Amino acid sequence: MEDFLRALRAADVKVSPVEAIDAHLTVAAVGFSDRELFKDALCATLAKTADEVTRFDETFETFFARETFQMEGPPPGEDGEPEGLPPEVQNSELAQMLLNGDVSALAQAMEAAAERAQVSSIRLSTQRSRLTRRMLEEMGLSEIEQIIAAAKKLEDARSQALVARLESGKKALTEEAQRFVDRQHELYASESGKNLREELLARKALNAEGGIDPVDLVMMQALVKKMAKRLADRYSRRRSKAQLGHLDVRRTLRKSMAYGGMPFEIVWKTKKVEKPNIVAICDVSKSVAAAAQFLLTFLYSLNEVVDRMEAFAFSGRMISVNDVMDEHKVETAIVEVLKKIGFQQTDYGKSLEDFCDLHLDQIDRHTTVIFLGDARSNYADPRVDLFATIQKRCRAMIWLNPEPESYWGQGDSVMQRYLPFCHVAKPCNTLGQLERIIEDVLRTYIPN
Amino acid sequence: MTLSATAAYSAAASSPMASVDALIEGLAGVGYIASRRIATALYMAVHLQKPILVEGSAGVGKTELALSTAALLGLPLIRMQCYEGLDESKALYEWKYGKQLLYTQILKDRMGAQLAEAGGTMDEAMDRLHGIGDLFFSEQFLEPRPLMKALREDDGCVLLIDEIDKSDEAFEAFLLEVLSAYQVSIPELGVLKAKTPPIVFLTSNNVRDLGDALKRRCLHLHIPLPDAALERKIVASRVPGIEAKLTHELVSFVQSLRTLDLRKSPSISETVDWARALILLNAESLDGEVVRDSLNVLLKFEQDIASVEPQIVELIRRPLA
Repeated sequence: MEDFLRALRAADVKVSPVEAIDAHLTVAAVGFSDRELFKDALCATLAKTADEVTRFDETFETFFARETFQMEGPPPGEDGEPEGLPPEVQNSELAQMLLNGDVSALAQAMEAAAERAQVSSIRLSTQRSRLTRRMLEEMGLSEIEQIIAAAKKLEDARSQALVARLESGKKALTEEAQRFVDRQHELYASESGKNLREELLARKALNAEGGIDPVDLVMMQALVKKMAKRLADRYSRRRSKAQLGHLDVRRTLRKSMAYGGMPFEIVWKTKKVEKPNIVAICDVSKSVAAAAQFLLTFLYSLNEVVDRMEAFAFSGRMISVNDVMDEHKVETAIVEVLKKIGFQQTDYGKSLEDFCDLHLDQIDRHTTVIFLGDARSNYADPRVDLFATIQKRCRAMIWLNPEPESYWGQGDSVMQRYLPFCHVAKPCNTLGQLERIIEDVLRTYIPN
Repeated sequence: MTLSATAAYSAAASSPMASVDALIEGLAGVGYIASRRIATALYMAVHLQKPILVEGSAGVGKTELALSTAALLGLPLIRMQCYEGLDESKALYEWKYGKQLLYTQILKDRMGAQLAEAGGTMDEAMDRLHGIGDLFFSEQFLEPRPLMKALREDDGCVLLIDEIDKSDEAFEAFLLEVLSAYQVSIPELGVLKAKTPPIVFLTSNNVRDLGDALKRRCLHLHIPLPDAALERKIVASRVPGIEAKLTHELVSFVQSLRTLDLRKSPSISETVDWARALILLNAESLDGEVVRDSLNVLLKFEQDIASVEPQIVELIRRPLA
């Protein structure tokens, strides 16, 4: 049972001590005999989201499928009985089991050896071969190897037959051990490997050469989503906060009318906290191609969690991407946006013109403007004046630049010229950085 | 306590709680076709005395499960609908202000008389005052709301806390005491504990993620959309007198609708409504016209209806699931 709970935790199903106790109570209540009942009952106690239910099912199947020892015993020797076998064979339990084809004994021995070799503490896939080897040694493989070596020296037919049988037994056993370790790896380690990759990914530079590995992209999207949700949870909580201690005299009096003027229900003044109002503008041009997908993913997630957000994307021209993001799932939305305007020559000036012409009224003194881009304008006029106009109208202007700070202002970068008009300007090229910055932004610039 | 309560429920209705199979049968008896998973979760909830958190999209029968359980066990159902801004005075108890007001007035008159009688010193008056019972914050002035009502049902009840995800986080935290110990603390009166813990259902549509603390105290049940066989059974049980052929056709039509990319896929309640509508229209089998006329029962968005309409004939012709 403990092992199963551990396997569940490894599969990212959160099992707290209370739930562990519940699980034991469950087992006491339903017993083991009805497998389906046992599974469903445990599932109801342990898995708390639809996601966890799926993972629970998988783990349950893998975990309780351990009896499937697929190995077949080697064919019996031609002269049948092991009378004339060398004494080493008689002394080696493993050799006996192999020669007799005693599968269930082998399975038991393997479980025991696995425990001694601590196979269930496996964490990484690279540990597999070493653990397999150790497990086999615990079972007594070296004895077999000695017997084979000794028998090879004797050149009579019977010894050769013995060698052949032991060799095939050894091979089958090794395969079985590998399968065993694989299964253990799947149970206890698959998720920790994923966690490790997630951690690496959070630190990986997003504008690195070649961008994000497509394999990692899905994981990254999940990460960004999680992050955006975490942020939104934290900031959506503070919408209305009672200012304790400040009596709302008017409303208290009105309420007390029903009680003959006795102020039974006291009303406190409350302050309505405004929902975050964000305008996000995202550069999706060639120079930020690698980071663009990530920036867009972030925009998308933010769009899902913040109530009022206007999102724009630009490279040569600027368009509103709200509709695209509302209507499509994240993968398609990003492709749509990139298809429409992505990867062209950047023109910050032109894009700012577009924005000021069409969308300037989106910005008032409650708006936080987030710019995502590298400020590389291909030597076109950056229209700093327009940027200043926007800045004057908004509450805060935040610039997140995927390039490191030392690159700002070099080559065609006009970052230095925009810089005076930004309340915050930070390099941002890993998920970790992004989360920290956005959190700062929300804390500082969202009214609360 | 655990044993006695379980025994009470088991004895209450000739033990539909004896086994999961008995429970499935019992629920079917009151018109709820439960999958094994659902029945197992309910079985565990009663035997472990834990609340069940029921999740799933709208209309899959979350609320219905609580109603049917109450009907099956012959227990009263107490329902509390959650919404943003719900607080403990609306969920647990409130003081009857008007009555308290009357009481103070009576008290004032009485007190005047009493104290006048006492005449003499202040000390005497104080003694008299102590003698007058203080009922101001007592049970008589307590207006119980759903949660307290549920705790005061001595023979047990089914408590349905509907759409918990609509409530605020503060309220969720407040529920924890009720859910884990089946008791509440009222500052003026002390702790009120249920004699027989109610069977608690919490439902959620996943509007927001619930806190881990709440989840940890509950069993979890996710009700998915049913497969064709289960859905046919449900329709047959909910719409008595429907022809098997029509049931077959309409269920496979709905099932194939669910494979399309719609804003709101039809759920069980819509299937049942549709079946009733078809009976009303005297339809014996599905044809393009009948479906087109009644599609608005099944689909709730104009866009969805528009996107399905051209495909109706093709969808009907699909092999039966």
